[in-house]
Amino acid sequence: MAVMINVPETAAPGEVVEVKIIISHPMETGFRTGSDGKLVPRNIIHELTCRYMGQEVFRAELHPAVAANPFFSFFVTAQESGEVELSWVDEAGETVTETRPIEVG
Amino acid sequence: MAGQVERAEGGAAPRLRPPRDICRKARWSGAVVAAVLAGAAGAQDGRVSTYEQMAPELRAMQDDDFSNPGLLWAQTGEELWAEPSGADEVACAECHGAAEEMAGVAAHYPDWDEESGQAVDLAARINLCRQRHQGAEPLERGSEALLALTTLVALQSRGQPIAPSEAPQMEAVRGQGEALYSTRMGQLNLACATCHDDLAGGRLLAAEIPQAHPTGYPQYRLEWQEMGDLDRRLRNCMVGVRAEPFAAGSQEFVALEAYLKARAVGMEMEAPAIRP
Amino acid sequence: MTTRRAFLAGSLATPLILRMEPAFATPEEMQNAIDAFTGGAEVTEGRVELDIPMLVENGNTVPLRVAVDSPMTDDDYVEAVAIFNEINPLPDTVRFFFTPLSGRAEAQTRIRLNGTQHVHAVARLSDGSFWSAQTNVVVTAPACREV
Repeated sequence: MAVMINVPETAAPGEVVEVKIIISHPMETGFRTGSDGKLVPRNIIHELTCRYMGQEVFRAELHPAVAANPFFSFFVTAQESGEVELSWVDEAGETVTETRPIEVG
Repeated sequence: MAGQVERAEGGAAPRLRPPRDICRKARWSGAVVAAVLAGAAGAQDGRVSTYEQMAPELRAMQDDDFSNPGLLWAQTGEELWAEPSGADEVACAECHGAAEEMAGVAAHYPDWDEESGQAVDLAARINLCRQRHQGAEPLERGSEALLALTTLVALQSRGQPIAPSEAPQMEAVRGQGEALYSTRMGQLNLACATCHDDLAGGRLLAAEIPQAHPTGYPQYRLEWQEMGDLDRRLRNCMVGVRAEPFAAGSQEFVALEAYLKARAVGMEMEAPAIRP
Repeated sequence: MTTRRAFLAGSLATPLILRMEPAFATPEEMQNAIDAFTGGAEVTEGRVELDIPMLVENGNTVPLRVAVDSPMTDDDYVEAVAIFNEINPLPDTVRFFFTPLSGRAEAQTRIRLNGTQHVHAVARLSDGSFWSAQTNVVVTAPACREV
């Protein structure tokens, strides 16, 4: 599963930084008919969570109306150097966790 | 320099005819046509990428690498590029080095393949490479792996001008492509040129009819919700006019692409482009 | 008078318009979904900024940005913003959950819209109040759609 994540490498203490993530995923709605005439089973990423300094900073709950290859942008207040952790789970049970370092100072 | 291939090195340059739309469009003044033939490219000669017609939000989606979903395919392509493949257990990177070494390559495809004696597009070239140098099976046309590798190679030419192949055999291929472009087909009896030369800039429903310059392939169409190649787009068009589409990877599509690339000579490569 | 050109344009487009989608939520179902989110609390229009292009060429991928006016302190912050649509098969679209550490109650994503409709954003603040914004989005039919 390809993914692109943008967390600034450095930030000043207290700076509010933008995090961007785009994940390769079809976000199958369960409403679409495949070439065999049958409904393609629903499989969406249903939750995306961002954690930093041991706390949840941001979370998204996704429904089938989120576009394929979901993209999110949100903000995190930089406080100390560490890892920004992003994890997401789809309805096929696949969980992925990625981290990106951020240097604050 | 629409329609003409010029080269710094000189030699027996195959001369392309100027695109038919340039000769035909009455709204273009003689001065503009002269400027085109003299070597102007881009906005001055009236040729525009569909990028220019898109909403600002979609242009922004294409322009930001952390927002353009096409880059996901390039990332998969990077993994495949480095991965030993086929009976020979050799990776693309072992011969070619880093993918960046492919800068400019995509800008002159389709090109002539001496060994098979036919014109090949970039995807077919990748497959020939697999068969000849990796001992691997060709990847299926339109498959995720082939799109990923093609996207990775095309990305290395982003921002460069389209520069059609100088192989002398390609002149005849472009001629075949131009003939196909002008041939009415299907139950609606429309040629490519009917819409994309004569009616370009007009409206079909709410959509502006594009000039059909293949600057951004493989490209991410919001309609497809994934990457696709030019063959797929051309098949859509053919089905749209109720014609039997040519086969994926067929010589007809290679010829059409060769003509379209010559028609778009000098325009900027954009792959992976976003289109609605 | 129907010109040949108009006829041809119509023939290209017509079968595409006739494609039916499987299910539609109704504005009532959307209201029920909003009520489930708010617990029936009063929702005041304001403080929420919802940016979606007014006219989109393809409903498969519609850029959306939402921002709520809030200091985002431990005592006063936006807990959640939920996006609702009127006529997709399901009224729930996406929900964002913020914390004071977010620093800014703002997020972007891309959504699917099954046709021209209103999209609503409802924000729940840490003081228990609810605020909202709505916008109308015109989704045009792509002329040369893959069949």
